[in-house]
Amino acid sequence: MREEISDMSEDDETGERARWAPDLSKNRSDDSDSGPGPPIGDSPPPFSDQVLENVLENVLEFLTSRRDRNAASAVCRSWYRAEAQTRRELFIGNCYAVAPHRAVERFQSIKSVVLKGKPRFADFNLVPFGWGAQFEPWVKSFGAAYQHLERICLKRMSVTDKDLTIIAESFPLFKDLTLICCEGFSTLGLAVIAERCRHLRVLDLIEDYLEDEDDEVVDWISRFPETTTSVESLVFDCVTCPFNFDALERLVARSPSLQRLRVNHHVALEQLRRLMARAPQLTHLGTGTFRSEVGFGEVDPNLDLVSAFGASRSLVCLSGFREIEPEFLPAIYPVCANLTSLNFSFANLTAEELNPVIRQCHNLQTFWVLDSVGDEGLRAVAESCRDLRELRVFPLDPTEDSDSSVSDIGLQFISEGCRKLRSILYFCQRMTNAAVVAMSKNCPDLVVFRLCIMGRHLPDRITGEPMDAGFRAIVMNCKKLTRLSVSGLLTDKAFEYIGCYGKLIRTLSVAFAGDSDGGLRYVLEGCTRLQKLEIRDSPFGDASLISGLPFYYNMRFLWMSSCNLSMRGCKEVARNKPNLVVEVIRDAVEEEEEEIEAVEKLYLYRSLAGARTDVPAFVKIL
Amino acid sequence: MEGEAPRLLDLIPKDRDWVGKGVCKVKNGIEEKLELRLGLPGEENEKEEKQSAKSAFSLSFSENVSKRTFLGSVVTNEGKGTERKASGAPPVAHGTRTINSSIANNSSQTRTSNAPVVGWPPIRSFRKNLASSSNSKSPLETRDGGPVNGNKADSNKKGCFVKINMDGIPIGRKIDLQAYGDYDELSSAVDQLFRGLLAAQRDPLVNEKSGGENNQGIKGLLDGSGEYTLVYEDEEGDRVLVGDVPWKMFISTAKRLRVLKTSDLSVSSINTVSRKRAATEC
Repeated sequence: MREEISDMSEDDETGERARWAPDLSKNRSDDSDSGPGPPIGDSPPPFSDQVLENVLENVLEFLTSRRDRNAASAVCRSWYRAEAQTRRELFIGNCYAVAPHRAVERFQSIKSVVLKGKPRFADFNLVPFGWGAQFEPWVKSFGAAYQHLERICLKRMSVTDKDLTIIAESFPLFKDLTLICCEGFSTLGLAVIAERCRHLRVLDLIEDYLEDEDDEVVDWISRFPETTTSVESLVFDCVTCPFNFDALERLVARSPSLQRLRVNHHVALEQLRRLMARAPQLTHLGTGTFRSEVGFGEVDPNLDLVSAFGASRSLVCLSGFREIEPEFLPAIYPVCANLTSLNFSFANLTAEELNPVIRQCHNLQTFWVLDSVGDEGLRAVAESCRDLRELRVFPLDPTEDSDSSVSDIGLQFISEGCRKLRSILYFCQRMTNAAVVAMSKNCPDLVVFRLCIMGRHLPDRITGEPMDAGFRAIVMNCKKLTRLSVSGLLTDKAFEYIGCYGKLIRTLSVAFAGDSDGGLRYVLEGCTRLQKLEIRDSPFGDASLISGLPFYYNMRFLWMSSCNLSMRGCKEVARNKPNLVVEVIRDAVEEEEEEIEAVEKLYLYRSLAGARTDVPAFVKIL
Repeated sequence: MEGEAPRLLDLIPKDRDWVGKGVCKVKNGIEEKLELRLGLPGEENEKEEKQSAKSAFSLSFSENVSKRTFLGSVVTNEGKGTERKASGAPPVAHGTRTINSSIANNSSQTRTSNAPVVGWPPIRSFRKNLASSSNSKSPLETRDGGPVNGNKADSNKKGCFVKINMDGIPIGRKIDLQAYGDYDELSSAVDQLFRGLLAAQRDPLVNEKSGGENNQGIKGLLDGSGEYTLVYEDEEGDRVLVGDVPWKMFISTAKRLRVLKTSDLSVSSINTVSRKRAATEC
């Protein structure tokens, strides 16, 4: 896992506050910069001011933090101009919050763009296909304005092969394309990028969905330049279709700067060994299937594999293991002590199979695993990985009544062993308040706490009480907490605690929780730093929605689905807040004109651009 | 876990087609309605509640405590649920749910019923189907057609790989059940697989690949006469002695194999096929 992934999934610690008019009734947020809009029709400044501005520009070159830059731009017009001239990275957390042309007019020398589109619940099929977040209008604006653009990073955007072609044609210095959870493109677009971006260093495809039909797959790997390349990172484990392995092997051989390589599940161990032999300098390796392509007892590639890993002295991050054959695991022993990041989240391993590996991973900081290892496996993790910062435990069988073998016991082990834990994502069937409380006390550095009790509305496994007490402890004791996902049986009390103590929380995910409007009110009124709030299947109605009116301008978005909202409440919000875009999303488009009073899905977000013009039929903007 | 199975079986009326754990996998009419039904918590039918609650619980946690307490909290929800429905706009029906209070349902049913809720648990789609893909995977080249990557094609048929673990040996193996024609072939394959490992466990100086003269074969797997016995786990998770059903039926129902010490087997912990038949409705 790249470090950037964690950054992208957390809320940005520097709010990307653009020009928001302050809501004078409830001005809570302490980074409420509210400078003037872009100056229109200025006369050029006098000479002395010009000198000062030049000096300022030289200074501001060094300013990289978004929040600092936003603050600097609000000082006065001169500073505004200087900051705009010197900003090199453009971060837009919601592609509909501002129009492309406006961004491009203000910032004219951008080298790197980060752009996010759909709300996160789109990952779980809650946003119908075709909702929006097209990259096209952006790439066209960028193509016309930013000759020096080097890096594009997109998350949850809809990207077509045509967009990729525009990238390849518009930016002669282009170096870095990172696509996370995107869809709409195919191997054809990849071929264009590979072929025409001669300075390409990074091509990272992370959890994207490609549109290839089996018989239309393009051999994109062969399109990289035949000469020595400058490729440093090639990540394509999400590309499900087969590829030309020989071409990859040759590409790796002529890419001396290659540090990160993550291949897809069409790579068996024998091929992996060949790749590793070509690139012993790798730091990050995605191992494909980690399965032998021959049957048992024929050729034993073990020896070569062991020496391949033994020769890879720089490996710090391993992933892949998509169809792991555990008998080959001992091959990675030589690198375990150096690993800082290990992703077993596709490997169906038992505790016995995990144990000999994890015992050697003393320096592990990031560990992703399946719950097949059980509480016993987590005990081994807790005893071996004292430096662990991030843990994710995914369910092997993600259904509500599956036999998950991790529980509160495993969480307790982790809390006792991994005291430096900062981020945890934990899927389980049952949990206890006691274990959550223990974690809150043992791991005070927690910044991200995401607990998913897969059975909905489930109380404490032992006491039968709601899970309020556990989450209360988390928000009370983990004073650095900025991201929280709750689950289990929760009453309004839980939200009262969150509102009372969760003062730094920026991202909150709620599902199947709460009793009444009061729950949501507590959160809206109490969580002063709240940026992203996503709620599903919880009994919050219009009254609670309206209670949040003073705060919505300080947030990036609010998502509410399968709650108790109606058109009346949503319309009132839209009426009251002109700079909010209030979208009501339906699953199917009814034939009749009259609208249904109940609102199934609400997505509202602040925006300078007003109602978007690319709205599909199933979305209504109020 | 197996030890508690008889108690559950006693609870179930004889016309129910259930064995083992009480998770709803039944096909009779009432259960079907329950499976489809997904309401908000609090929509309950008192009568069905107790029985369904008992039967709906899997054996993965303490039955008695959680049943009582869960029912306790369920009742609380019911009270609130009724209030909610009475005031203001009704809860929005979501996706596959129908709000039909005449259908017997309760929170435990909505939780453990097999009807899926869209997007729950919140797992991205590429992380689903891991359990099935790791148990029975096809050869690499048949997955997406076209061996563009030059993988050598062994065969075109899908393999039926199941995990096999042996008592005392920490690392399991996988075997392709379809590679064998009958139980004898399977038995000798298991023997081959584990013989060397077993010897190595007993005597660390023995190399796994050393000559077989000194290695004792693993015999009597199927008839209980040897030191070890072969059992399998079926779709419902029950352990069954290998050898009773026709071979073809075996390879389609076996999900996992185990080689257990014969001395460790107790009569009650292993189902034989005949016992399973007696418990089920033909």
